[in-house]
Amino acid sequence: MPEYTLRIRRYQPESGEAAYWEEFGIELDGHRSVLDGILQAKDRQDGSIGIRCSCRAAICGSCGVRINGKPGLACHQHLQEAESSARDGVITVEPMGNMPVVKDLITDMDAVHWKKIRRVTPWLLPEGEPPEREYIVPKESMVDVTQSMACIQCGACVSDCLSMEVDPLFIGPAALAKAYRFVGDPRDGQQYERLKDLAEDPHGIYDCTHCFNCIEACPKGVAPMSQIMRLRRIAGADHGIVDRNNGHRHEQAFVTLVKTGGLLHEAELLPRSYGGDSWFGKFHPKAGAELLDSLPVIAKMLQRRKATPKAILSAHKITDHRKLPRIFDTIEDRDKRVELNLYITQPDDEVPETQEEGETESHGEAASTPPERSPNS
Amino acid sequence: MPSHDVLIIGAGLAGQRAALEAARSGATVAILSKVHPVRSHSNAAAGGINAALNPDDSWESHAFDTVKGSDYLGDQDAIEIMCREAPGEVLQLEHWGVTFHRNDEGKLGTRAFGGASAARTYYVADITGQALLHVLYEQLMRHHEQVDRYEEWFVTSLLQDDDGRCTGAVARSIKDGRLEVFNAKSTILASGGAGQCFKPTTNALICTGDGIAQAYRLGAKLMDMEMIQYHPTTLAGNGILITEGARGEGAHLYNAEGERFMEKYAPNKMELASRDVVSRAEQTEINEGRGFDDGTVALDITKVPRNRTLEALREIVNIGRDFAGVDITREPIHIKPGCHYIMGGVKTDTNGETNIPGLYAAGEVACVSVHGGNRLGANSLLDTLIFGKRSGAHAAGVANSMAMPAVAHSRVDLEQRWIDSIIARERSGRRVSEIKDELGTMMNSKVAVFRDEEGLQEAKEIVGRLKGEQDAAYIDDRGTVFNQDVLGAIELGYMLDCAECIVTGAIERKESRGAQFRTDFPKRNDDDWLKHIDLSVNGSDAPKISYSPVTITQWEPMERTY
Repeated sequence: MPEYTLRIRRYQPESGEAAYWEEFGIELDGHRSVLDGILQAKDRQDGSIGIRCSCRAAICGSCGVRINGKPGLACHQHLQEAESSARDGVITVEPMGNMPVVKDLITDMDAVHWKKIRRVTPWLLPEGEPPEREYIVPKESMVDVTQSMACIQCGACVSDCLSMEVDPLFIGPAALAKAYRFVGDPRDGQQYERLKDLAEDPHGIYDCTHCFNCIEACPKGVAPMSQIMRLRRIAGADHGIVDRNNGHRHEQAFVTLVKTGGLLHEAELLPRSYGGDSWFGKFHPKAGAELLDSLPVIAKMLQRRKATPKAILSAHKITDHRKLPRIFDTIEDRDKRVELNLYITQPDDEVPETQEEGETESHGEAASTPPERSPNS
Repeated sequence: MPSHDVLIIGAGLAGQRAALEAARSGATVAILSKVHPVRSHSNAAAGGINAALNPDDSWESHAFDTVKGSDYLGDQDAIEIMCREAPGEVLQLEHWGVTFHRNDEGKLGTRAFGGASAARTYYVADITGQALLHVLYEQLMRHHEQVDRYEEWFVTSLLQDDDGRCTGAVARSIKDGRLEVFNAKSTILASGGAGQCFKPTTNALICTGDGIAQAYRLGAKLMDMEMIQYHPTTLAGNGILITEGARGEGAHLYNAEGERFMEKYAPNKMELASRDVVSRAEQTEINEGRGFDDGTVALDITKVPRNRTLEALREIVNIGRDFAGVDITREPIHIKPGCHYIMGGVKTDTNGETNIPGLYAAGEVACVSVHGGNRLGANSLLDTLIFGKRSGAHAAGVANSMAMPAVAHSRVDLEQRWIDSIIARERSGRRVSEIKDELGTMMNSKVAVFRDEEGLQEAKEIVGRLKGEQDAAYIDDRGTVFNQDVLGAIELGYMLDCAECIVTGAIERKESRGAQFRTDFPKRNDDDWLKHIDLSVNGSDAPKISYSPVTITQWEPMERTY
């Protein structure tokens, strides 16, 4: 039987001592999970190792931890895989981030994760009395929201959310994915109100920085960031919600700049975000106020050579930027926005034989289109 | 000290449904669970929920399938109630927001399931249990003013007053070790099954029979405890479940010789015969040397169109990849029968009432009995919801007409001393985990798909020995914050009580019916055994055995073929 070493982050709140690392040798087949390894150490060596766990099959969402620094479910990663990604051959297991640690691998989910879930009014709010039978809704819409329904509330995405690290009040990936589950549900009668609320909240949908960490972290393919981007598109494009935080305007300015030049022109971005999405935006009083506000940052950038006056003032363009509008036109000419979805698949005969495992997660009608990304904010 | 009209122990589907119904009836409600509600094992029910909702279908047909599936041990009055109320319950779930699969017209769509004469299983991909559980939790959050949630609280004992009425429970906060009396006019057990008595099992680590043992210790009758369902499709090493939905969507079973062996055992229903029938067929193939070297047969899902698999069986695509290293859309996966569900449990009437006044039970912890000797797939979610709802309504109704019972403060000290004594045990006996391991492995070999007197007597002896060893079993954790070790020791006691009752029932029932197959009594014997075996606590001796009749309304027992 192969042997593995687990290096577990221990914290015993009653001991009065700081957290420390402890190593445990275990013997298990390589295809058994890291959770099985932890449980063997717990059963045979030290029963005081704290970890929440229940189903062992990645459906209950209890055992969210960080393995070799990456968030995920302990039951969802094989020992041999974990060992191969370990820096020194020792599998490190530590509690998730962005949440207080209660004991060993157990974090206070209620203080952070669940509080944020409750923030998004997480229940269906249908208009009027329910029908006698079921609500009649398009088949696709139910399949569509099933992707966010697949969330098991494990907290892995919350653990490594960079925005939340900077802004602990950020509603965050799990809760916003949950919000999409209602916004995308045709039975819900409060879509505009929900979107307005999440757009106007300075810690809401425009607080995400597109780092993709939540998409990588999610063991269920929920792709929280994609759900956040969909909330933005529905809020901005479908409901015309222009928020006080300039999130929507910022996004529009971003698109315009990339469309015209192929590159982001930072000096143009903020004036357009605040003053309006055109060359004249910078003359708007709001843009002026923002410029004044940003002067210390600009000064610092120049001082530290993050930027030069020339780079700031000259337009940024890639050489063949004139081809860009075609890409945008092709996408914008579609009757319907194409959204990636885990559960929507293409007919069998179109499946390329060589498709790799990892790709099955995101293939579908949209496989031929570029991955879903909105302009950065 | 928390005081409520209705205390609900366990926050899976049965518990949450009971809480919502009791709150709707105007009662004050506490729902308490040793895990966060969405971690409950209802999550694992992948395939769907049965209801005769389609105009072409009828509740009578659903009821008959259930009666036949139960091998005529199910109580037909209870089955009728469940099947009549099923359509309304599915619609209620839909109105609450469950994202049920739709057909092309946008109406609720169905899939086929084992033992059913019509496609009447409503589903959300293959995460139906998870979808239901999370939607009910949404409703629980919505009604937070009416329902107090106690998440991560562990019940150590139920309370009883001098008149024998259950008056609530003592529970330990897992987070800080504090003990608290939960005073209640009515208490509903909804704490799930006892699958951890077996190893491997499809059941989660939390399914340790807590409620069954707590009720039993209080004097509640247990019923049909010998009826343990082995699910036909579980992974060999770790017991992880492959949903029956796979066969519902058209997957086939093959032995190592490439033979679609169900032709021999159930020529009409084939892979979609009742679970007991399919599990026995597989085990026969394996025992007679036609299985693979790892003691398995093959489930071939490649028969199902690939895009359908990716849409409707997404979760088992993941399970195959993550837990067996198999792409189920391209190759067969090796499976075997594995412990999955306990049809037996705390004996209740159709309102969830037990023989202890003030104590109710609903869901897998209970035995109404709607499943009898064998539960049909997609009937367990239904059972939890219907009888959760009925228990909640009844308990709330009773609460209106009575005063809050007196508080049993002294019990806290008693429980505290008990817990302290476990923590303080010398390291002279065996580890708790060792005993648990021996119990599970033993049960899975001697009290499994095929049973006989010799094996069962051995099992009885071993359970007796383990019960003795348990008294001295030691743990490592001396702390109070998340001391899971000490809870594990208490759970082991619950499991051993359950195991003793399972074995006692299996020895007593000298026939083969549903999930109980005795190789020494291979025939069903309606003359002597068309009755329930009831067990009740008898001091520290073996459980006291009595019998109760099976309620038959309109379906006389017939020979059962698929």
